[in-house]
Amino acid sequence: MKSLGGYLSVHKKRMSIGLAIKAIGTLAELFLPMIMAYMIDDVAPTGSVLSLSLWGAAMFVFAVVACGGNVVANRMASKVARDTTEVIRNDLFTSTLYLSARQTDEVTVPSLVSRLSSDTYNVHNMIGMIQRLGVRVPILLVGGVALTFTVEPVLALVLLAVVPFLSIVVIFVSSRGIVLYTDLQRAVDTMVRKVRDDYTGIRVIKALSRTEYEERGFAEINDNVVAKETKAGVTMSITNPIMNVMLNLGMTAVVLVGAYRVSEGLAKVGEIIAFTSYFTIILNAVISISRIFVNVSKGSASAKRICNVLNMPDELIKDERLSFAEEGAEKGSVKFENVSFSYNGAPALKNISFELKKGESLGVIGATGSGKTTLVALLLRFYDADKGRITVDGIDVRGYDEKELRSKFGVVLQNDFLMAASVEENIKFERDIDDESMKRAAEHAKAAPFVEALDDKYDSKLTVRGANFSGGQKQRLLIARALAGKPEILVLDDSSSALDYKTDSQLRATLREKYPDTTIIMIAQRISSVRFADKILVLDKGEAVGLGDDATLMKDCAVYRSIYDSQHDAGGEER
Amino acid sequence: MNEVSHVPTNRRAVAARLAKYFMCYKFTVIAAFLLMLGSNLFALLGPLLTGKAINAIDLETGVDFQAVFFYCALMAVFYVVSGVLGYILSVVMIKLSQKIVKSMRKDLFDKIIALPVGYLDKMQAGDLINRISYDIDTVNASLSNDILQAATGIVTVIGALIGMLAVSPALFGVFAITIPLSVFITIKRSRSVRPLFRKRSGKLAQLNGYSEEMISGIKTIKAYGREDDMIARFADKNKDAVDAYYAADYYGSLIGPSVNFVNNFGTVLISTAGSLMYLFDMIMLGDISSFLLYARKFSGPINEYANIMSEIQSALAAAERVFRLLDELPEGAKDEATEDLTDPRGDVSFEHVRFGYDPEKVIIKDLSFDAKAGQTVAIVGPTGAGKTTLVNLLMRFYDPQGGRITLDGNDIKDYTRKSLRAAFSMVLQDTWLFEGTVRENIVYGKVGATDEEIRKAAENANIADFIDALPQGYDTPVTDGGVNLSKGQKQLMTIARAMLSPAHLLILDEATSNVDTRTELLIRDAMNRLMQGKTCFVIAHRLSTIRNADLILVVKDGDIVERGKHEELLAKGGFYSEIYNAQFE
Repeated sequence: MKSLGGYLSVHKKRMSIGLAIKAIGTLAELFLPMIMAYMIDDVAPTGSVLSLSLWGAAMFVFAVVACGGNVVANRMASKVARDTTEVIRNDLFTSTLYLSARQTDEVTVPSLVSRLSSDTYNVHNMIGMIQRLGVRVPILLVGGVALTFTVEPVLALVLLAVVPFLSIVVIFVSSRGIVLYTDLQRAVDTMVRKVRDDYTGIRVIKALSRTEYEERGFAEINDNVVAKETKAGVTMSITNPIMNVMLNLGMTAVVLVGAYRVSEGLAKVGEIIAFTSYFTIILNAVISISRIFVNVSKGSASAKRICNVLNMPDELIKDERLSFAEEGAEKGSVKFENVSFSYNGAPALKNISFELKKGESLGVIGATGSGKTTLVALLLRFYDADKGRITVDGIDVRGYDEKELRSKFGVVLQNDFLMAASVEENIKFERDIDDESMKRAAEHAKAAPFVEALDDKYDSKLTVRGANFSGGQKQRLLIARALAGKPEILVLDDSSSALDYKTDSQLRATLREKYPDTTIIMIAQRISSVRFADKILVLDKGEAVGLGDDATLMKDCAVYRSIYDSQHDAGGEER
Repeated sequence: MNEVSHVPTNRRAVAARLAKYFMCYKFTVIAAFLLMLGSNLFALLGPLLTGKAINAIDLETGVDFQAVFFYCALMAVFYVVSGVLGYILSVVMIKLSQKIVKSMRKDLFDKIIALPVGYLDKMQAGDLINRISYDIDTVNASLSNDILQAATGIVTVIGALIGMLAVSPALFGVFAITIPLSVFITIKRSRSVRPLFRKRSGKLAQLNGYSEEMISGIKTIKAYGREDDMIARFADKNKDAVDAYYAADYYGSLIGPSVNFVNNFGTVLISTAGSLMYLFDMIMLGDISSFLLYARKFSGPINEYANIMSEIQSALAAAERVFRLLDELPEGAKDEATEDLTDPRGDVSFEHVRFGYDPEKVIIKDLSFDAKAGQTVAIVGPTGAGKTTLVNLLMRFYDPQGGRITLDGNDIKDYTRKSLRAAFSMVLQDTWLFEGTVRENIVYGKVGATDEEIRKAAENANIADFIDALPQGYDTPVTDGGVNLSKGQKQLMTIARAMLSPAHLLILDEATSNVDTRTELLIRDAMNRLMQGKTCFVIAHRLSTIRNADLILVVKDGDIVERGKHEELLAKGGFYSEIYNAQFE
C-alpha cells in the first residue's frame, strides 16, 4: 500500500533536521517579548545602561536566530516537498499508463488528468506548508500560551478564555463554507456547460436567430451563480471581523484584569506589555491554523485520490500456465473461440468465433454499438474476455507479457491519437524505426504526397490532436504509424472513413500487394472497405450474424445485404 | 497560447476600464470608502487607548481605576464598532463586486454569442470557458478582497505612522531605521520573485498539457507498448516543473522570515531605547506599549504588500483577457444592412464568388451557378474537402472576398443577417440539442409553435412514436444524464425542428454514419419529406439525392472542381466519376 506517509518517510532525516531548526527559530522568536518584559520590569529599574544594552543585544541575537532558522528550515522544507512531489508525480503517471483499460474506464480520463495536475499540485502545497507552518504554529500557539503562564498565570487565563470561542467560529464557518462552496461549484458547472453547449451550437443559434433567447437563459444561470457566490462570500467574511473583535476584547480584558493585579502587587506593568505582544503572536497563529486547516483538508483529499490510483492492483498479468503455443500455429495467426465480453454487465460481445491464418484478412462490419471496437480491445488485451479464448500465434493472449503481445500489432484505433510533435515523431512514435522505413510506410499509407508537399516535410509540426491536418490526412499518418513497425498483424479500426473512395481503394491495393504476409483486420462502416477481405464478420448487437466472403454473405446474410442496400440501392454512401 | 507570452503593456488602461465599472456604483463606492476609513480609524485608536490605560496603571500613586475603566470601556466599544463596520464593509464589497462580475459575465456571454462564427471557429471552447469562469473569478477575488486590503493597508500604514509620531517622536526616530529596511526588502523581493512565479505557472501548465495529451492517447500508447518512453518524457517535464516551483519557493521563503526579522529588530530597538528612555523618565510605560502595537500594525500591510500586488497583477491580466474578447467586433458591426428579407421565393445565384478562410489562401476562385426556387443542389466530395464552405457563405457566417451571392436577384448582403438566416432551415451533421425538454428542443425552430404543430413536425420527422414512448413524452428532459438519445434519434429531432420552420430554403447535411439500418431508413424518409418544395443545398452522401439533384458541385481540397448533372459528370470521366466508380471496384 502506497501512502503519502510512505513517500515522506524517505526524507525522514532531512525533515527532522529541518523541523528541529524550525523549532529553534520559532522558540527564539517567542522569547523576544519575554526578554522585553524582563528588561522593562527588572533591568530598567536597576538603572544600568550597560546591562540594558546587553539584553538588547541578546534580543538582537535571538531575532537573527529566528530569521536564519526559519529561512534555512523553509528551504529544506521546499526541497523535501519538491523531491517528494517529483517522485509521486512520476509514479502516478507511470501507474496511470499501466492501468488496465477497465481501471481507466472506472476512474475516467478527465479524472486521471485532474489527479495528475491539480491533485499533485495540492499535495505539493500541503507538504511544503505542513513543514513550514505545521511546527511553527503549534509552537507559537502552545508556547505563546505557556510563556504567558510563566509570566503571569491569571492574565494568561483571561487570554486563554478567548481561544475556545475562536476555534468554534473557525470550525463553524469553515464547515458551513464547504457546503456553500460545493453548491457554488455546481452552479458554476451549469454555467460552463451552457457556454460549451452554445459554443458548439453557435451556427444553429444564429441560423434560428435565437441569440436573445440564449442570452436570457444565460442571465438566469448567471444570477444563480452570483447569488450562491454572494452567500458563500458573505458567510465566510464574518470570520475575520469576529476573530479580530474577540482577540481585541481579550486584550482589553487583560489590561483591565492587569490593573487589579498590579494594584495588588501581583503583576508588573512590563508584563502587560509583553502580553500585548504575545497577543499578536497568538492571533496570527490562530489565523494560520484556519489556513492550514483548508490546505491540509484539500491536500489530504488529493493525496487520497492519488494513492487510490497508485494502489490499484495490476490486472492483466501474464499467466505463465497459458504461455504455450498450440501445435502447428503459425506466426500471425489469430483465433477467437466462443468469446463473450460485457462492460459492467452490459453485454458487448456474445460467443464470437473466427480464425485467421497468416496473411489472411478479416473485415468486420456492423452498426455503432455492435461490438466492433470491443473486438480489437480484447485482441490487444485491453480487457480480458469473460468467456472463451483468444489466441495470437497459437498462444493465449493471457499467456503473453502485455508488451510482447502488443509488439506483434500495428494498430489504428478509432479516433486515434496524434501528438503535438513532428510528423516524423508521430510516425516513429518513440520506436526504433529508421528514416527509410518511415518514408516507405508513409508512401504505402498514401501519406507521403501531402507530407512531402509541406514546407518542413517530415519535420512539420502537428498541433494538439493534429488539428492542423484534415481528417483524411490524419488517418493516413496513423496508418503510416501502424505500417512503420512492420507488424505481423495489422488492425485498422474505422481508420479509412475520412478517405475518399479512390484513396481508400488504392490503400487496399497497396496492402494486398506490399504486405502479403501481414494478417489484416479491418473494421469499417462502409461495405466497400471490407468487401475485399478473405473473411467478413458481420456483427449485430454483439452477435456474429454472418461470417464468410462477400459472395456468401450476400446470399446468406440478411443484415449484410441490408447494409449493402442501404449504401447502394437508392444510394451508395458517397464520401 | 499567446496569453503566456503576452507582455503586460497597458495595465493602466485596463485598470482605468475596471474603474469605470466601479463608477456605475458611485454611491456604493463612496459608502464603502467611508466604512473602510471608519473601521480602520477605530481600530487604529486601540493602541493609543491601551497605552493610556497602562499609563493609568503605572503610577507612583497606585492604579487610577477610574481611568483604566474609562479607557478599557472605550477600547471595547471602539473594537466592536470597528469589527461591525468591517463586516458591513466586506458585505458591501462582496455585493458590489458581484454586481460588477455579473455584468461583466453577461457582457462577455452576449459578446460570445454575437461574435462572427469565423472568429469562434479559431477559438477553443476551453479558452472561452476559461475567460468566463476562471478569469472573471480572478477579477472578482481581486475586487472584493485585494483592493480592500490595499486600501486598508494604506490607511493603516499612514495611521500607524501618525500614531507613533504622536506617542513618541523620539522613539519614532529609532523606528525610522527599520522602515526603509522593510520597504527595501519588500520592493526588492517582489521584483525578484515575480518572474520566478510566472515561470513556475508556465512550467506547470506545460506539464499539465503534456499529461492531458498523453492520457487521452493512452490506448494508442499501450497498443504500441510505448509507456516507458512517454514516462521518461514526462519525468523530464516534471523535473522542470518541480525545479521551477522550488526556485520560486527558495527565494520566496527568504521573504517571510526577513520581514519578520526586521519587525523583531524593530521591537528590539524600541524595547532597548524605550527602556533607556523610561529609565531617564523620558517616556511612560504605556506609551512604549502603544508604540510597539503601532509598530506591529505598521509592518502588517508592508508584509502583505508583495502578495497583494501580485494578486492585483494577475487580476489585471485576467481582466485584460476578458476585455480583449469584449473588444472584438460583433458580427455585422460594420456592414449590417437594415432591410429585412421577407418571404423570399428561393432563387439563389452565386456570381463569380471568390473566398478563402485565410484571405491569402483563396479556396474558391470563381464560382458561379444558379439554383431556381425548388431545385436541389448537391455538394459532393471527400470529407474535409470544404463542403461546408458553401453553407458558411449562404448563411453569411463568412462573407466572400469577391463576387456576390443573390437571393431572388438581390445581394444577400442587402438584408439583415437575422432575416436572411430565418429564410433557411438547417439540418447539420452536428446534431445540436441543448439542455431542456424534447418540446423545447423542437420548438426552437419556430417561436410560439402550438402543440399541434410540434406534434405534426415530430410525426413528419418519424420521431413521434419514439417521443410518445418516453416516460414524460414531450416534457422529457434532454440532458447528459437524462434520456439517452441515440445519434439517429438526435438527428430526427433536429429534422423535426427544421420541419417546424416555415423557411423556403433548406440546408441539409446528409451524413448518416454511425446509425443502424432501420434508423437510417427513417432518417432518409424524413429528409425526403423535409426537402419537398424547398430550394435545397445538400451536402450529399446518398446516390439517390445525387442522381436527382438539379446541380452537383464536386468539391476537392476546398475548391469546386466539377459541376453538372450526374450523367454529365459520369460521362466526363473526371474526379466525380473516379470517386463514384471507386466503390464498385
